[in-house]
Amino acid sequence: MSVWVIAEHRNGELREVTGELVAVARALGAGPVTAVVLGGPGETEAPAAGLPAGIDRVVRVEHESLAGFNGVAVAAALERVAARERPAVVLGAHSAAGMDWASALAAGLGAPVATDVLSLHRDDGGFLAVRTVYAGKLQARVRLAQAPTVVVTLRPGATEAAAGSAEVPAETEAAEVPAEVGRRFVEWIQEAAGEVDITQADVLVSVGRGIGDPEDLDVARDLAEALGATLSCSRPVVDLGWLPKERQVGISGKTVKPKVYIALGISGAFQHVTAMKDAGLILAVNKDPKAPIFRVSHYGIVGDLFKVVPELTKAVREAKG
Amino acid sequence: MNLAVFVKHVPDAAEADLRIGPDGRSVRAEDLPFQMNEWDRFALEEAARLKEATGGSLTAFLIGPGEHEDSLRRCLAVGADRAVRVWDESFPTLGPAAVARALAAAVGEERFDLYLCGAQAADDGYAVVGPTLAVLLGVPWAALVCRLELQDGRIVCDRELEAGWFERVELALPALVTVQTGINEPRYVSILGIRKARSKPLEVRGLADLGVDPDEIGRLGALTRLEALEPPPPGREAEMLEGSPAEVARKAVAVLREKGGVL
Ligand SMILES: Cc1cc2nc3c(=O)[nH]c(=O)nc-3n(C[C@H](O)[C@H](O)[C@H](O)COP(=O)(O)OP(=O)(O)OC[C@H]3O[C@@H](n4cnc5c(N)ncnc54)[C@H](O)[C@@H]3O)c2cc1C
Ligand SMILES: Nc1ncnc2c1ncn2[C@@H]1O[C@H](COP(=O)(O)O)[C@@H](O)[C@H]1O
Repeated sequence: MSVWVIAEHRNGELREVTGELVAVARALGAGPVTAVVLGGPGETEAPAAGLPAGIDRVVRVEHESLAGFNGVAVAAALERVAARERPAVVLGAHSAAGMDWASALAAGLGAPVATDVLSLHRDDGGFLAVRTVYAGKLQARVRLAQAPTVVVTLRPGATEAAAGSAEVPAETEAAEVPAEVGRRFVEWIQEAAGEVDITQADVLVSVGRGIGDPEDLDVARDLAEALGATLSCSRPVVDLGWLPKERQVGISGKTVKPKVYIALGISGAFQHVTAMKDAGLILAVNKDPKAPIFRVSHYGIVGDLFKVVPELTKAVREAKG
Repeated sequence: MNLAVFVKHVPDAAEADLRIGPDGRSVRAEDLPFQMNEWDRFALEEAARLKEATGGSLTAFLIGPGEHEDSLRRCLAVGADRAVRVWDESFPTLGPAAVARALAAAVGEERFDLYLCGAQAADDGYAVVGPTLAVLLGVPWAALVCRLELQDGRIVCDRELEAGWFERVELALPALVTVQTGINEPRYVSILGIRKARSKPLEVRGLADLGVDPDEIGRLGALTRLEALEPPPPGREAEMLEGSPAEVARKAVAVLREKGGVL
């Protein structure tokens, strides 16, 4: 038995989540841990050199069609090697990359797959994955059928990353990827910086879909103004065009660590929470007492934000005199 | 261009009190409002725009019981020419691999230029069906597409990555994309529009009609099996501020001052 960790890298850099994958792979005790680094010609050396401790073997696979960590080619390459070497587990990240290649690999292998997993356990029945459903409102135990290989992607940020550095020389493996996979990587694009940098703010007043209407943003703006805070938001508020993208907190927006984070009408999906949970003080206002946001908050107010926030603004103004 | 869109009808859980059913594995859906999966609304809009721009056809597929037809009616109102709903008594416990297999069977021998899925379903949050379906259909794919452009027989897509990064890729057609929210502004659909679309064809098919072996679906369904649902662990256990809005505001100000170091 062995466990494969698919090292995730972007633009020449190993991504932090790889350390988390290695920690989980080790703790699983399902055999030696192999890190697989796939990429285009010249793309795997740097990430392979940055791998954390806890790895028994490093395999680099390079091929033209793997350039840019092309998900179609990654799935095809892994399928062929996995069918031959039969790792018990192929472990990846539930990231933009993992959401691209992992289920396709499972489909190719006919293997069970569990995505966005918080923790993975091994028992007599094989592998059991714990994950959330309904945007974090419930937790599910998912049994993976006994199979030569299972594919699992781990939620980024759910595990402490393995530290140190891997002292294992990398082997290179010839890639068995078709020259033409129907998809070609063109380029990496980085979003231009906006006018406001929410990562620099000490206090953020953050609004979610619960605000309901762009006109009502003023309720939050007033509070922000009273507090001398910056306005930020969750993703739907940007998708709806109510605030610009530069204000978005979350994995696909900005990671913030203000002294105070006030969440108004935000449910607390992991893609949001991962990027603000380290704030010094988190206060959430939500009318749903079961909203997951309360599980990362220090203080909570269950109630209608349209009743609570104007009072809060008033009280802040009074306190400031 | 001939397009296929795959939509799921899901409970809107954002404000709901989710209660676990007596089997310990299902949510009591009878008290929940349902709607078209958020991601699928964007996929549908993108498909409708491509159809309008290129003058082709659009077919919508859904796996679900009759109550889920609302989402297909919405597809028809937005511009789908026809809709296909697949259902079988054995389906309630399908996992994503089996759903993808049934969808592939529903597509059958028909060939489309572009297949559009949502990036994920809001209920299970697997994000598995799209790429799995692409493998079954034998076409290349790109997940989490946030911009899409047709360029002489290919599509150029931007995939949304983390922290303000994107990746541009080119797909040869036929291909499948999974669509991320925010790619467009889904149009408003009126009740009247939905009613008008009632004259468009909506086929209902069972497993037997698809020619899929029920055992195969059963086997795929058992690959990933939901054993139990449970409340999530408590986490930080926020201290709840209680009272009238004015009282909680006063308490919150005290907290902001004493613990937050502001004010
Ligand atoms: C790949 C990927 C990347 C993503 N990246 C991000 C990201 O960077 N940032 C992000 O935020 N999300 C991101 N998401 C989306 C995420 O999964 C959630 O859909 C999103 O965070 C939900 O936003 P929300 O909490 O504002 O809305 P909802 O989940 O709809 O919650 C609204 C909340 O408001 C409450 N509410 C409603 N009315 C009131 C009222 N009057 N008073 C008080 N409370 C009220 C409700 O109870 C509910 O809890 C991403 C998703 C994917 C798949
Ligand atoms: N029952 C279904 N019927 C039609 N399409 C579905 C169904 N379930 C999932 N999908 C499609 O697959 C996408 C991802 O779903 P999932 O993999 O379950 O998160 C959805 O956004 C839909 O486009």
